[in-house]
Parts: sequence; C-alpha cells; structure tokens
Amino acid sequence: MAKTSHKTLIIACGALAKEILFLKKMLGDAGRSIDLQCLPANYHNSPDKIIPGLEKVIAERGCHYDRILIGYGDCGTGGLLDAFIAKNNLERLPGAHCYAFFAGLDAFDALMEEELGSFFLTDYLVQFFDTLVIKGFGIDRHPDLKDIYFANYKRVVYLAQTEDLELQEQAKAAAQTLGLDYEYRFTGYGALAGVMDKLAQDKPVLGAPTYV
Amino acid sequence: MSDNEDEIILTDLNDTELVEQMQDDLYDGLADEVFEGTQILLDRGWDANTVLTDALVEGMRIVGIDFRDGILFVPEVLQCANAMKGGMGLLRPILAESGNSASLGTYVIGTVKGDIHDIGKNLVGMMLEGAGFEVIDLGINNPVENYLEAIDKHEPAILGMSALLTTTMPYMGLVIEEFDKRGILKELPVMVGGAPLNQEFSDAINAHTYGRDAAMTAELAKAIVGKNR
Repeated sequence: MAKTSHKTLIIACGALAKEILFLKKMLGDAGRSIDLQCLPANYHNSPDKIIPGLEKVIAERGCHYDRILIGYGDCGTGGLLDAFIAKNNLERLPGAHCYAFFAGLDAFDALMEEELGSFFLTDYLVQFFDTLVIKGFGIDRHPDLKDIYFANYKRVVYLAQTEDLELQEQAKAAAQTLGLDYEYRFTGYGALAGVMDKLAQDKPVLGAPTYV
Repeated sequence: MSDNEDEIILTDLNDTELVEQMQDDLYDGLADEVFEGTQILLDRGWDANTVLTDALVEGMRIVGIDFRDGILFVPEVLQCANAMKGGMGLLRPILAESGNSASLGTYVIGTVKGDIHDIGKNLVGMMLEGAGFEVIDLGINNPVENYLEAIDKHEPAILGMSALLTTTMPYMGLVIEEFDKRGILKELPVMVGGAPLNQEFSDAINAHTYGRDAAMTAELAKAIVGKNR
C-alpha cells in the first residue's frame, strides 16, 4: 500500500479511544489525517504488555504513516516506554499517565500534594470500574483484598472528561465500594486536546518527560 | 469443613507429606490449613525455624517463581502471603523467644517519599523475616531523613527501598546520592525493588542490588550478608 502524505497514526491505550475519536471529529477535515489504533485497556494493569503491543502494531502498520504518536503516558513502564520511543523516533503523550494529562501536569501535582492517597478515575475507568478495578485486582474473587490494596488511600478523585450525571453517580458508588471519600473534578480533555491540535497541524508534541 | 471424601486430614500425614501439603495449601492461599499444619509440626516437636524454612518460606519461594513466570498474579500472591502470615503468627513468638529471628542482622525497609504503596514492600518484609532478618519497616512515604534516622538507630546490615510509581522511583536515586555524600554507601548495601524497576534502573542509580520479587530479594539479601544456603 502506498504511503499517504502527512498521515499520522496514534497507537493508544483503549481507555483513550472514545476521547481521541471525539477530538478527531472536532478537528473536522484536519482530523482526517489522523488514524487511531488502540491496544487493550487492561494493559493498564499489565504495563509489561504495552511495548510488545506497540511493536506489533508498528511492524504491521507503521510503514504507511509519516508520523506515529504513542497514546500513552509512561503508564508504569518504568521509563522503558521512553527508551522505546527515543530508539524509534516516536512521540508520546505528556505526563506519567492519563490522569496527569487530563488534569494538567501542574494541577495533577497539586492534587497529589493535597492528598497523596488519591485514587483517580477517568470517564473510562468509571465506566469499566468493575472490570478493571474490581475484577482486574481480583477483589471479586477475594473481597478481603480491597482493604489490602486501598489501605493507604483516602479518596477517589473522579477526573471527568464529560459532564455526565450517570457517570458521576457511578463514580460515587465506586468510592463507596472502596470505602473512600469522593471528589469530583471536571477536567475536560486536558492536554489531549492540545496534542490532537498539534498533530493536525503537523507540529511536534512537546513536554514528554523522560523518567530514566 | 465439609464431608468431602477427598478431604485431606492433615494430622494423618507423615512429616514429609505434611510439609508438601502445607506448601500446596500455601500456594492455594488456604490460611486456615497452613495455620493448622504449622501447629501440627510444632506439636510434633519440630523446631520453629525448620517449620518456617521448610514449609512456609519454601512454599512462598515456589509462589515467587510462578509469579515471575506469569502463572500467578498479584491477587493470588496476596492470598498466599496471607496464608503464610497465619503460620508466621504462630512461629514469631517462638522464634523471638529463642533469639533466632535476628540471626542474619537487621534489614531496614521503606517505601520512598511520595509513594503510598506497600503491598510489595510488605511481602518482601515477610520473606526477609522468614529468611531470618530482623525487619524494621519504616512504612510509606519516607523522605531521606527517615532512612538516615533509621540507619543511626538500628545500624542495619542492609537497607531496602520500594516504589510502585514511575514518578516516585527516581527518589531512590536521591537517597542513594545522599548516602554516598555522607559516606554511608561504602558500608551499607542498598537494595531497591518495585514493579516499575529493572536492573538497568538499579544500576543507573548506583544501588547495590535489585530485588526483582519478594522471594528473590530474600535470597539476595542472604547472599549479601554471606548466609546463602
């Protein structure tokens, strides 16, 4: 297949699919140069699967694009993702994880400063709380694990991308399930919106920190 | 207990069978059974240290291998740890009384500043205790001052730092730098561990040893103090 000029591929965590597709749509014609391929969102709980997953997609589809953006933060790879990105001349989203780039890096630091024991949810994580947290952490099979996992947490902070009352109720219920206080912060799409704009304008995505 | 025909009566097993069964029960996270097996071995006159090493630590070592190989996952490992904890609860006072618990020296361990995660650290602490270290657990969110204070107070044979977050693991490097500045690093082996860490990172921050998992950390710690089997 011939390479289409100025085409960008975003290879992202499945947890960002809805948000990226929404922002791509908002970009109108400019967004047409951006394609999205997602990896399973449950890699959130198994960061060691992220790089092999990316390698596979790049091997299969990378040659058809001028530019590839990795739609992950560091996401628990311990700097290995940054090394992979540097080696392959790629870019990634700014920050350590999606909570940081949705909230904004400074605002996220402030939230952590305010309460270190903050457990963050996004729209996606609220929607799939049972699958990713309750089942993913094995709490459904071993309810006593809940207290072990969350012993040092004090609050759930729902960083909301959309104003959705149903999701807010679900987030509150999630906090209750975990026995934690609940806080709601509307963040919108945070840094993700700016990144999509830059991609559409073929500008570099800046500010991706290297941890190692 | 049920009337299941296949039910194993632990008291009917000979010592070798019982130890194997306890390792299986520990692997399956059966806390009551591990507790019962521990009590039976003690009642049969087993030395507490042998019960700990042969049944509990060995069982947990097998768990560690299967965790490393992706056969067991964190929830299962935590169930195993809980089962081991039950047995250790019985053995700890006996070991303390006999003075065996501190035979390998003191190991200070703590999660670094900015990090509240302690599941891995607690597992490591338990394995170290099982290996014969006196474990001083500093808990979570420790600035360098806490480590320095603990070194002064406890004069450990080894110091271990843990982090779960990519954002907090660089703090380990700052602590090690501070130790180096104060001349502590020459005398005190520093071990590091935590899910996002790897050997490369450990080397980069000049740590003495990287502990990949709880069982391995205990083995490496024993090697550091020259007590490996």
